[in-house]
Amino acid sequence: MQNQEHINQLKNTVQGILDEAVKQGSSAAEAGLSQENGLSVSVRLGDVETIEHHCDQGLGVTVYFGKRKGSASTTDLSVASIKETVSAACSIARYTSEDEFSGLPEPELLATEFPDLDLNHPWDVGVDGAIALAIECEDAARSYHEEISNSEGASVDTHQGIRVMGNSLGFLQGYASTRHSLSCSVLAQRGDSMQRDYWYTVVRDALKLDPAVEVGNKAAERALRRLQGRSLSTRQCPVLYCAETASGLLSSFIGAISGGNLYRKSSFLLDALDTQVFPEFVRIHEQPYLKGALGSGAYDGEGVATKTRDIVSDGILRSYVLSSYSARKLGLHSTGNAGGVHNLTIDPGKLDFQGMLKELNTGLLITELMGQGVNILTGDYSRGAAGFWVENGEIQYPVEEITIAGNLKDMLKNIVTVGNDVDYRGNIRTGSILVDRMSIAGE
Amino acid sequence: MEILNLARQAILMPAGIQDGDIEKIMGRLLSSPVDAADIYFQSSHYESWVMEAGIIKEGSHSIEQGAGVRAVCGEKTGFAYSDRIELQVLLEAANNVKAIVRQGQDADPLHCKVSTKSADWTKYYPFLNPLKSLEDQQKIDLLRRVDSETRKLDSRIEEVIVSLIGVHEHILVARQDGSLVADVRPLVRMNVTVIVEQKGQREQGSMGGGGRSDYSYFIDKDTALGYGREAVRQALVNLEAVDAPAGNMTVVLGSGWPGILLHEAIGHGLEGDFNRKGTSAFSGRVGERVASDLCTVVDDGTLPGRRGSLSIDDEGTPTELTVLIEKGILKGYMQDNLNARLMGVNPTGNGRRESYAHLPMPRMTNTYMLPGQHDPEEIIKSVKKGLYAKNFGGGQVDITSGKFVFSASEAYLIENGKITRAVKGATLIGNGPDVLTKVSMVGTDLALDSGVGTCGKEGQSVPVGVGQPTLKIDGLTVGGTSV
Repeated sequence: MQNQEHINQLKNTVQGILDEAVKQGSSAAEAGLSQENGLSVSVRLGDVETIEHHCDQGLGVTVYFGKRKGSASTTDLSVASIKETVSAACSIARYTSEDEFSGLPEPELLATEFPDLDLNHPWDVGVDGAIALAIECEDAARSYHEEISNSEGASVDTHQGIRVMGNSLGFLQGYASTRHSLSCSVLAQRGDSMQRDYWYTVVRDALKLDPAVEVGNKAAERALRRLQGRSLSTRQCPVLYCAETASGLLSSFIGAISGGNLYRKSSFLLDALDTQVFPEFVRIHEQPYLKGALGSGAYDGEGVATKTRDIVSDGILRSYVLSSYSARKLGLHSTGNAGGVHNLTIDPGKLDFQGMLKELNTGLLITELMGQGVNILTGDYSRGAAGFWVENGEIQYPVEEITIAGNLKDMLKNIVTVGNDVDYRGNIRTGSILVDRMSIAGE
Repeated sequence: MEILNLARQAILMPAGIQDGDIEKIMGRLLSSPVDAADIYFQSSHYESWVMEAGIIKEGSHSIEQGAGVRAVCGEKTGFAYSDRIELQVLLEAANNVKAIVRQGQDADPLHCKVSTKSADWTKYYPFLNPLKSLEDQQKIDLLRRVDSETRKLDSRIEEVIVSLIGVHEHILVARQDGSLVADVRPLVRMNVTVIVEQKGQREQGSMGGGGRSDYSYFIDKDTALGYGREAVRQALVNLEAVDAPAGNMTVVLGSGWPGILLHEAIGHGLEGDFNRKGTSAFSGRVGERVASDLCTVVDDGTLPGRRGSLSIDDEGTPTELTVLIEKGILKGYMQDNLNARLMGVNPTGNGRRESYAHLPMPRMTNTYMLPGQHDPEEIIKSVKKGLYAKNFGGGQVDITSGKFVFSASEAYLIENGKITRAVKGATLIGNGPDVLTKVSMVGTDLALDSGVGTCGKEGQSVPVGVGQPTLKIDGLTVGGTSV
């Protein structure tokens, strides 16, 4: 198989880098190499706008001299450049301090099984095929309704990459993966009100892309429904995060239980292990071995085996999210999360989106969040928002130019229910989430 | 000439690329009837050092180099790039790129003759290499000194994190008329984050800065220690902060970094691409009133040594001072070559790209409001009840609806003309096309930010600057929890 040959070639290069690091005196080393090719085509108002051919490569190396560490990276993979990069890392390690917690992972934690996770599905769509698909998508959006007045276009992206990583403990692995997407963004206008919205589909296997017409229609529908939004008076009320915005809540939670924030004691969930963080019905788990999923992987950024595991069960925080370094700082073991979580999933409840609206009854449905506004140290949360005012389970009118605020600690505890309208397009899989009470600021 | 030779030595010579090779690649691009074409060569060296928990914890060095090849025909752009600066690779890229022009046959091969007579433009920063401006040991010593001096400032300090970043970048743009334009761009940045604790409550403060200079920037005038003092001050203020108010109220914005208001509310909406396409809330509004007559807002890439400054943009156009709003009236947009040509106006030197692997587009440089007539204290005194927002985190805008947010990281209540209690951070939200019409007082104290801004647009990050005098806005929504 061609891929396997390519992977083997890159493995040889990585082994060469590790050997070079040892030759230059380092006691341990880790290296990663990636190559990626891609095509992005965008169309606007029925005609081609850009055709981009991507071709990226990169090498990163970390060396250890005992407990001192240095890192370097380069996009130039020539023999001379590789040597210089290793030597740059070694030179840096002369100046960094002894850090008793630094070093490669414990050997027994390294991954030893590498099942095929079905991540590689090259798509030979070609420039013409990509243009045709993007035009079909944008056409659907533009012809959806007469109030669709303008377009930012539609685009097709396809990427195939190979990643190889190794360390001086003998770990040396690589895999190929693909990612394909189709997106569309259009404007709607009614009187003075102009709104823009978008929709996209992203997958490992192009056969599983949502139909172009469906993506276009959804983009149009979303832009239209925002027209003539108004602000709300300042109040407190329940808030329903739609599935796309709910993933942000969970990512803030993950930030708060991540090693880096914990050992710096800059998390609102410090010392929260084995305590009630969510209501009892909440289970949050990692699924690294899901076939064909966007967040799948048998090992993390350091080669540590990933685990199918519960992070929260019965609403109780069972485990942190740790790399080797942060684990040692906390006196724990790596959880296989150097580089992040893998298909983080909150168990869906019984209600679909309509059911969730009924459950909300009267309150705010959030469909868009703006700005950063989240302080992981204190849990203070204040973000710009747009969405819809809902009464008796029915959407009444679009809402914009408001903020929602609260403290994450309370917000997580005050989750009323989780919908089964799961968004599978990212590394965090959640349905819509209803939060009991938040502060809304408006006119 | 000197700068062109520096860029040649840094990028082309190691790759063995001669003028004749550039002529061949450009000739290939111009063998289709394109409107414009360019080749962007870049070589960047980057380093970072981090001190945390009292030790030098991390250091890294990286090299990013490559070339991007672009052809433009009407509104269509073909683009390819490679990390390998090699003739065959770039010729193949040129073949892919010129396929953007489909109609008609190949034109008579145009001959491109590289010309090195350089047009006149002004340098707004020296050709320094920040990475070599200090010995590695001196960089470490600087971090250690900032760490230890900062830790001495208050007994409530639990943690100090100091980071130092330097970039040395060479770029060279070959344009379709055969001209070669080059720039050498230094950039340095330092940041100090402090975590404090008092009776079990923890808060943080952060301060940093930098510019297109070398590391002496942090040593001269004790700039680096100043960041530490400011970070500690902010963290201690946060210990005392009460819940922020919620609702629409009079807001006084401090001078300097709060100018992110202008970047989000006005700046993005005035970028040429959105306005050519008619997708901005400001589209078609040149000549109309979009602010009170106290407001004059400019974008200025020519400020010496500023983080957002460029001598030439990434298309080789000299930067300039562009008036966006004059006494409340919208004057014009920020343009790159493509959008200027399509809109029939002149480029303004705002064509920027994150790297050779990205397409240029209209981006801001340093965006700020000119000073007004009011004493800042007088502005505070004029407010019966409101919010004084002194410092901010980041922001975001929806350029179509015009709605924008920016998050206050240090704010106080104003009660009866006096600044009273500190309040927690909160997001402020407003509508770009009308927020500046509510500006009722403009201070005399124009200040630019300390050199920390990074702007993201369509996945591309570029360094920018902002600034403003103290401003009073009669009505902005403040997103606190205290309803």
